[in-house]
Amino acid sequence: MKILVPVKRVIDYNVKIRVNSEGSAVETNNVKMSMNPFDEIAVEEAVRLKEAGKAEEIIITSVGDKGSQETIRTAFAMGGDRGIHILNDSNTEPLAVAKILKYIVDKEGIDLVILGKQAIDDDSNQTGQMLAALLNWPQATFASKVEVNSSELKVTREIDGGLETLKLNLPCVITTDLRLNEPRYASLPNIMKAKKKQIIEMPISDTGVDSSPRLETLKVEEPAVRSGGRKVADVDELINVLKEEVGII
Amino acid sequence: MDFSLSNEQNDLLNSLNNTIHDYDDNYWLHCDNTSKYPIEFVNTIAEGGWLGIAMPTEFGGSNLGVTEAALMMMLISEKGGMTAASSIHMNIFGPSSIVKFGTKEQKERWLPNIISGKTKMCFAVTEPDTGLDTTRLKTKAERNENYYLINGRKIWTSTAQITNKIMIIARTSKRENGNPTNGLSLFYTDFNRDSIEARIINKMGRAAVDTNELFIDDLKAPIEDIIGEEGKGFSYLIHSLNPERILVAAEAYGIAKNALERAVNYANERSVFDRLIGKNQSIQHPLAEAWAKLESVKLLILKAANLYDNNKSCGVEANAAKFLAAEYGMEICKQAIATHGGMGYAKEYHVERLFREMMIPYLAPVSQQLVLSYIAEKALGLPKSY
Repeated sequence: MKILVPVKRVIDYNVKIRVNSEGSAVETNNVKMSMNPFDEIAVEEAVRLKEAGKAEEIIITSVGDKGSQETIRTAFAMGGDRGIHILNDSNTEPLAVAKILKYIVDKEGIDLVILGKQAIDDDSNQTGQMLAALLNWPQATFASKVEVNSSELKVTREIDGGLETLKLNLPCVITTDLRLNEPRYASLPNIMKAKKKQIIEMPISDTGVDSSPRLETLKVEEPAVRSGGRKVADVDELINVLKEEVGII
Repeated sequence: MDFSLSNEQNDLLNSLNNTIHDYDDNYWLHCDNTSKYPIEFVNTIAEGGWLGIAMPTEFGGSNLGVTEAALMMMLISEKGGMTAASSIHMNIFGPSSIVKFGTKEQKERWLPNIISGKTKMCFAVTEPDTGLDTTRLKTKAERNENYYLINGRKIWTSTAQITNKIMIIARTSKRENGNPTNGLSLFYTDFNRDSIEARIINKMGRAAVDTNELFIDDLKAPIEDIIGEEGKGFSYLIHSLNPERILVAAEAYGIAKNALERAVNYANERSVFDRLIGKNQSIQHPLAEAWAKLESVKLLILKAANLYDNNKSCGVEANAAKFLAAEYGMEICKQAIATHGGMGYAKEYHVERLFREMMIPYLAPVSQQLVLSYIAEKALGLPKSY
């Protein structure tokens, strides 16, 4: 089985997000970038399948600027085998990413795609589903447990009010939820080995996918500053304030 | 001149940071309060392959330089202070004389276990009566047919309580005045507790990593356990002195950075007379000065490491880095306590622990005064004063 794991380079989840001075986007200059945490879970799941002898090769791919290669290397240090970097300096929307992934799936003969359910920068939560539709493959989204028995998969997913278990056949698409696994930390020897693994760089034009944006960002702004609360003396005053000043009762 | 870290160095620090993330302040405080060796931390570091950072790849290491080792120790001491640094320090730099001067057979026999963390080693150089004047050490190793018989006393040997190997220097022939460094030999052998008694020295800080006095009576070291040639041990030892100074400087830097961060956080939170204390210049300026000092000493530490990694002479730089890191470190830890006011004296604010630990790089591996004498002689060409 050949697994494809797409990874996205996003602002590190520990960084306090700032809007750029033009108010057109989030500031990414001199900001620490990391792999999207859901994608780390996807890489970990793929590596575990390989370690269990259920997969032969893990291909890591990323769509983005030159920096995305660092993210691919991070996935290598966790256990990815080789990489495909689709170079695009501007933002790529989920549909275009899904089309690019379809192109790679067809080209590489992929059996299973494991993606993070969403990226923490735009929270779109679309790419996996779109990819499954484009490929006409079954999909299991928000997986919290994955069991592979030859060509049959059992996937547990978290839904409102409980757990749902799906059975699906390869080839298929899985998107990962937070509780699927706890990604490993790369060991030093594996970081060193990751340097030697191969990344093929390909301009986005080579994939034949039209990546021109379909969405226009009008404005990006910081959330309103929270104004301080105030203390009231007793319940009567509280009710009065809610009635007269706030007007919600 | 490029002052930025490489992608690989950044990757390495990110991964290390994640690896040790769970060892939080409370862990280190608990280790210090209860004199508990941080074995869980050491195991995590060993499992991640970090002990082999500067060891050859054929024995499981990653063959990086002292630069990377210094960056690693900066981060480790920034998170866990000297307790964290000292718990693995010896495995990082100690085996370098084996790497440089050991036989192939010795490297195969020893290095994999050091790198995997299976072997814990200690380093026995200093003696109660000799201190820095190493050539006058009195521990003797007498050659018998197929072993050396070692007798003597050592002091300030860390981790001897949990160790299974000892690297020890001893006299194998009489001291000659004309050539005092001749006749010292270096051994790496089993820490046989039937022949070595290790007595803990209670000390000011870093209680979690034991420090000892060793009483060695008839320790048998097989002849296969001598490193390099008999009588040349001192020159092998000299070889690892500069890397050790660089690492100690890096550790002092990390501790000071840790203390500064706590002081800044406190200054940003603590309100007195209805205003944050961080608004006061008497609070701000010393912290700003601390930042500037740390930035400058970091450059010197990395410069010394870079010289070493490029096989250039780095004695003056390594010594100066250790001197400044310790001087600045003491000031910064003191200032961090002062910024906290009375709270700085409470253990739960951690800065007093860092202050106590900062005395170690101040005093070791060489005194500040001797560093200055060395710099006066080697960098300025003044007469040798000691």
